[in-house]
Amino acid sequence: MTNDTSGMPRHTSSPRPAPVLGALDELRAWARGAVDAVAKAAGEGVEKVVVDRGELTIYLDRSALTAAAQVLRDELRCELLSSLSGVDYLGVDERRLHVVYHLTSMTYRERVRLEVAVTVDDPHVPSVVDIWPTADWHERETYDFFGIVFDGHPALTRIQMPDDWEGHPQRKDYPLGGVPVEYHGAQIAPPEDRRAWA
Amino acid sequence: MSDVYAPPGPALDEGRVITVQGQDWDEVFGAEVGDERIVLNMGPQHPSTHGVLRLVLELEGESVISCRLVVGYLHTGIEKTTEYRNWVQGTTLVTRMDYLSPLFNETAYCLAVEKLLGIEAPERATVIRVLLMELQRIASHLVWLATTGLELGALSIMLYGWRERELILDVLEMITGLRMNHAYVRPGGVAVDLPAGAEEKIREFLAIMPERLDEYEDLLSANPIWVRRTRGIGYLDLTGCVALGVTGPLLRSAGYDYDLRKAEPYCGYETYDFDVPTSTDCDVYSRYELRMQEMRESLKIVRQALDRLRPGPVMVADKKIAWPSQLALGPDGLGNSLDHVQRIMADSMEALIHHFKLVTEGFRVPAGQVYVPIESPRGELGYHVVADGSNRPFRVHVRDPSFVNLQAVPALVEGGLLADLIAAVASVDPVMGGVDR
Repeated sequence: MTNDTSGMPRHTSSPRPAPVLGALDELRAWARGAVDAVAKAAGEGVEKVVVDRGELTIYLDRSALTAAAQVLRDELRCELLSSLSGVDYLGVDERRLHVVYHLTSMTYRERVRLEVAVTVDDPHVPSVVDIWPTADWHERETYDFFGIVFDGHPALTRIQMPDDWEGHPQRKDYPLGGVPVEYHGAQIAPPEDRRAWA
Repeated sequence: MSDVYAPPGPALDEGRVITVQGQDWDEVFGAEVGDERIVLNMGPQHPSTHGVLRLVLELEGESVISCRLVVGYLHTGIEKTTEYRNWVQGTTLVTRMDYLSPLFNETAYCLAVEKLLGIEAPERATVIRVLLMELQRIASHLVWLATTGLELGALSIMLYGWRERELILDVLEMITGLRMNHAYVRPGGVAVDLPAGAEEKIREFLAIMPERLDEYEDLLSANPIWVRRTRGIGYLDLTGCVALGVTGPLLRSAGYDYDLRKAEPYCGYETYDFDVPTSTDCDVYSRYELRMQEMRESLKIVRQALDRLRPGPVMVADKKIAWPSQLALGPDGLGNSLDHVQRIMADSMEALIHHFKLVTEGFRVPAGQVYVPIESPRGELGYHVVADGSNRPFRVHVRDPSFVNLQAVPALVEGGLLADLIAAVASVDPVMGGVDR
């Protein structure tokens, strides 16, 4: 594997605790255990923990992803990687490309979300295919749509768009496209040029 | 970095590679003896690949040595398009993903939007959602039965499957105005209440269906051709299923009773009495049996849902979310009722402004992200919806069960016969509209 974790911050006796946003106490014991286990495995790689609408999100530095994923699968029994995709936070976050992992513990019937942020200039994230083989197509799709490169993926190629496609369509600065249409004598602009009330 | 999925034996491009494209059989038969490996392209236009799925097969005689899937032929960019439409319009888009179970798409999307908004649909709307979802589960499984029957040469079951599906589509058309792509479930409830006579029509269907299911089983379950073409075919055990993220009937055919209706109940499924059938045979035949049993369980749920339908609102009372439109079913489908048109066009300017604002601009959803999974006929259908506080979704990602389950096809077919590949792919029940989105 190319997931070299030697440069990863190691767990020390008194790691700086990651900020917790939201009420962690409202979650069940499993989720609190997951936060502790990830903090122990990833150390300062945990950037923040968010509890919102009853869902737990752990924001990780990419260097800590492999260790956190491994401990979540093996100790917290997150057997299923339900979903892996991207979100482009253009204009919201400096590291605008986020990879979002939705993990499911089928044993405990619990869910946790991991989020890793990278920049467009350095869009590298370690692959989790060797932890959850189901990540294969998910990572290909995320590469296809967002241009996020998953290091260690066995065959990172486009999956939905044609192989010779240029650009990554789900990025926010990629246009939707479309042409104006005439309707009852009026010109109707393509969707992205219409009023957005943002 | 070696390819962890590489098939055993020499690489694909080693030795002579023959691509059969039609009209070139003489070349293939002229190939030197002993060099029997051929690469066969199956699809994307092939009657047995359930839509535009392309399989690249490496064959040795009749045996499939390796199988690689090529998807993306039906990619329509629905996820991207939702970012340019308001929250209610999203229903119209997501319903077109997995076109055999549109109501599941709509319900999962609306549950996600409702979770973001912090609202809950009224009791009657939830019961209607359950009722329609379970009817659609039967319709979806009937399409599976019909197409799989067709592919394995059981033509009569194909006709019967479509025939009974038509009964369900008639019910859905009566209720939603459309046979498919209903856009009936909306954030906050459903678009319109059940029309008069809908309950009777569903009860008629409930009276017919059990014996029809028995008929199918009489035709197939002990049919020697059906049994020999499905028993022991497409084997995938529990370890393989979980590693590959496979859910739905495939996972249950490997012995795990994982069904989100039981595991993480939504829409009040915990209050319905039904079973989750499982098998430990891990083969195509067991998936056939499971789907037959699931249809019976769905009938049970539909019956219970009908019994607990109580009069009440089908949309949240919040006028900032519920459309004011007072929809009615007309001869040309669902539209604004004449009373409502009269009111906004002639009586109340404020009502017109409110209608116009809510329909064109839409409501705003507080920022945040949620993931809502539900059990579609094919497995875990998850909606990851991100809101930024505006009137449009910031991002909608769909974890479609077909997309994930399709990854298991090489594991199902490699080492088997080419003819068995048809049965194995069919047992996954992929819907390419959901795979490619």
